[in-house]
Amino acid sequence: MTALKRAVFALFLLALSFASRAQLTIEITGAGANRIPVAIADFAGEPGIARAVAMVVRADLERSGLFKLVEAGAPLAENAPVNFADWKSRGADALVVGSVQPAANGRYEVRFRLHDVQKQASLGGLAYVMTAQQGRTTGHRIADYVYEKLLGEPGIFSTRIAYVVKSAGRFELQIADADGMNAQTALASKEPIISPAWSPDGSRLAYVSFESKKPVIYVHSLATGSRHVAANFKGSNSAPAWSPDGRKLAVVLTKDGASQLYSVSADGSGVVRLASSAGIDTEPYFSPDGQFIYFTSDRGGSPQAYRISSGGGDAQRITFEGSYNVTPRLSPDGKNMAYVSRNGGRFQLALMDLATRQTQILTDSDKDESPSFAPNGRMILYASEVGGRGVLAAVSSDGRVKQKLSVQAGDVREPAWGPFLKQ
Amino acid sequence: MRKELMIILGAALIAGCGTTGGPEQPGADVEDRSAKKIDGTEVRPVTAGDPMGAALAAVKQGVLAKRSVFFDYDSYVIKEEFKSLVEAHARFLVANPKVKMLIQGNADERGSREYNLALGQKRAEALRKMLALLGAREDQIEAVSLGEEKPRCSEGNEGCWSQNRRSDMLYTGEF
Repeated sequence: MTALKRAVFALFLLALSFASRAQLTIEITGAGANRIPVAIADFAGEPGIARAVAMVVRADLERSGLFKLVEAGAPLAENAPVNFADWKSRGADALVVGSVQPAANGRYEVRFRLHDVQKQASLGGLAYVMTAQQGRTTGHRIADYVYEKLLGEPGIFSTRIAYVVKSAGRFELQIADADGMNAQTALASKEPIISPAWSPDGSRLAYVSFESKKPVIYVHSLATGSRHVAANFKGSNSAPAWSPDGRKLAVVLTKDGASQLYSVSADGSGVVRLASSAGIDTEPYFSPDGQFIYFTSDRGGSPQAYRISSGGGDAQRITFEGSYNVTPRLSPDGKNMAYVSRNGGRFQLALMDLATRQTQILTDSDKDESPSFAPNGRMILYASEVGGRGVLAAVSSDGRVKQKLSVQAGDVREPAWGPFLKQ
Repeated sequence: MRKELMIILGAALIAGCGTTGGPEQPGADVEDRSAKKIDGTEVRPVTAGDPMGAALAAVKQGVLAKRSVFFDYDSYVIKEEFKSLVEAHARFLVANPKVKMLIQGNADERGSREYNLALGQKRAEALRKMLALLGAREDQIEAVSLGEEKPRCSEGNEGCWSQNRRSDMLYTGEF
């Protein structure tokens, strides 16, 4: 990405910003090896909204690091004839055209079509009816459609992320769209908030709040803002992880001494011990099939990743190299494990192929923490530090695509990428 | 020094449990608390008065005003230099059974937040165990961790990290 392009992109983000003080801005710092050249024409019809929708689609696809935008020129409706030879000469492999027309009750109908320029064929299209305020949402859906048709895996542009912003003695648990826009604060506190975890249906967040001078686990319904205590036992309560069915949380309690794994219902009832060790067991995470719980334990002398059957039983050690491998997080397909590894005093994001046990360091930073996979498994969001300030960063699981997400007025940390939402 | 310490401790003990009388707290007990005469022996109820107020004043002075125990890197052992401090707090807890203590363990910032929370817990737990061994009641002390979340010092060097590897003792009214 050239400096000019980056500046234009930043301006675009600024223009569309919801004027939130803690707006997340995303900068692309690395791109995929073979980016698909795609042209997104301005949509025909209602000029303001049509342009806004097309801009969201372009920004989403470009930010993914997997597409290269081709200049598109004049607006083109979904039913206009396509001069494939012309688009081919411009270097586009794919073309998106569309329109926005007024519909009943002050709403708008957005139609679009995706063309394969090489095959000179339509790959399909859809129509949405939306309000004037839903332009961004519609743009994200179109980008998801294009992404899936061209790459064969679902896009994540309609998902949301949670993270904690610390500024001047204030902690805010925020939820933003995957592009950093539309940030909203779910909880603000003078005391720290850590370890947000999305329920599998995306409606609730479990997290640890220190508002009562000790760590207590809450479950918070995002739409209503209501919340309840899920674990407040004597001692510390932390590291909530949802079971894939959304009914239970694996948590870390110290009510019987050291930090150990327990299971508790999401409503806070029925606490059951999951494992026993003489040392620390923490950072549980369910495998996507619900069969295993991966976690960090120092039972072998140094903190390493282990797993147990979610029904209990003996622990199996997963990491062996080095003296510090923590925060194991499985990819949505269950094949890879992201974790944080200390190498020569640097804390870096690593990825293990669980079948071959081959590992790869994905980052070149010093203070990486809290990895969280995008629901399609392509990117891993994590916390890092640049110039003494907390930032979020994302890297593709092949290490090529890199993004940096930061806020102007504070530290941002503890990211958690939300699930796909059923539409 | 030693003598001075004992005098302060003694004063704290007297302040903590020596007061009697004072207004009864309504609804605190359903028993008939009036004096009873049995075979000429007079049995009187003894109320604790305002133990919290007196205790709170006591823990803000002298050795009890010191609340932090520091740990070495990757260590959870209470060092010799802090043992007399822990003993003083234990004696105070024994003498004031109604007073409660919250122990907050801390860790330096390096590495995973949740793992650091567990390390802070180990530091809090080490202190809790020692206080319990010295006679403090189990229901009097709670050991919790703040992990790396509430650093006393926030520079990235050893001098600073060593200040964050600590356990703090808080008494009733302070948490």
